[in-house]
Amino acid sequence: MLEVKDLACLRGDRLLFRRFDLALGKGEVLRVLGANGVGKTSLLRLLCGLATPEVGEIRWQGEAIQREREAFHAALLYLGHAPALNDLLSPLENLRFACAAAGDTSSETDCRAALTRIGLARQLDLPAKVLSQGQRRRVSLARLFLAAHRPLWILDEPFTALDVAAVAELAEVISQHSRAGGAVAFTSHQDAGFSVPLRTLDISGYAA
Amino acid sequence: MNNAFIAVLRRDLLLAWRSRADLLVALSFFVIVASLFPFGVGADPDQLRAIGPGVVWVAALLATLLALPRMFSQDFESGVLEQLLLSQEPPVLWVSAKIAAHWLSTGLPLVVVSPLLALMYGLPPGAIEVLALALLIGTPILSLIGAIGAALTLGLRGAGSLLALLVLPLMVPVLIFGAGSVDAWASGIGLRAHLFLMGGGLFAALALAPFASAAALRITMD
Repeated sequence: MLEVKDLACLRGDRLLFRRFDLALGKGEVLRVLGANGVGKTSLLRLLCGLATPEVGEIRWQGEAIQREREAFHAALLYLGHAPALNDLLSPLENLRFACAAAGDTSSETDCRAALTRIGLARQLDLPAKVLSQGQRRRVSLARLFLAAHRPLWILDEPFTALDVAAVAELAEVISQHSRAGGAVAFTSHQDAGFSVPLRTLDISGYAA
Repeated sequence: MNNAFIAVLRRDLLLAWRSRADLLVALSFFVIVASLFPFGVGADPDQLRAIGPGVVWVAALLATLLALPRMFSQDFESGVLEQLLLSQEPPVLWVSAKIAAHWLSTGLPLVVVSPLLALMYGLPPGAIEVLALALLIGTPILSLIGAIGAALTLGLRGAGSLLALLVLPLMVPVLIFGAGSVDAWASGIGLRAHLFLMGGGLFAALALAPFASAAALRITMD
């Protein structure tokens, strides 16, 4: 589904990695490894088209992602390591906005159900500023329940600040997505139990 | 209407309402700057009447400038801007919505308060309406031009002052024709030429600024 050829990443005037190749197919779950500062977040930002590669090409279903931007972004769910919440809005308002802005038509009932499922039933209408780090993370992860129709998930440190039970639940959601034919790429420093085979990739091997 | 446009417009207006104290700061700044001039130039009614429109316009311009950095910075820091850039909708739509919400929450209140300041400067009845009308056409141009600057300076050190340096020169024509429209009306030349020029400027800014801001945001987020 996603093909990367000969990718290089330049941050400022430092070359982070080069000659990076990757083919991510249907149902694959990829965990990107590497020490801090090696370029994991930069790689994920390149993969979802937020950054433009210095060298190399990224293709989605055979088309360069810059050329078919709208089709690619309709197929993509990216969750960055900032939870993308506004402190003055409640989790429900934040989630509804995130869905509507992305172009999804998720009803309020769907959003309530997603937040309840991720364990925020009692915080639905509180302003996001009173939530803990883990709860903030959960609000952004609630989008996973509403984005099963998007085949490619790119998640930057999704397990950060989550408790053990939430990590297990998230691993299960990712596994389900993979069984349904979706592809997932994520970074994590934490081990989680997946019920599908996990592919790992260490980008330290591509360091310049 | 488009999904993302409506969603962003509604959210930004809701946020503006929830943080209305911030908006009051810009509005009070407008009133205070405009009220400072009589202390400096003296209380001669004829002189005040002559400088009134210009003072109100400069104050409106500065108040707009004060509120500009807020247009994108919060969403930039929280990661919302990344999500918006990944939306399947074209960026121009939600950028337009953000500019519209910004004008409705900061520009429109200036227009509404301006008759009060015009009265303070002793402008005659017709001139008060002309000034408000010119501000109604002119302040959206300020927000549109300002959006390009706000997008370009996003995340930079000293973004606020850099933004002022970038956009103030571009706002000069609006100031000239905006403040000039009151004089033109008072001297009997008529308003049409000034208003048409500003209207033309508004349409040009409406057509170009959202594209330029969207492109600038892509570059700053890269």
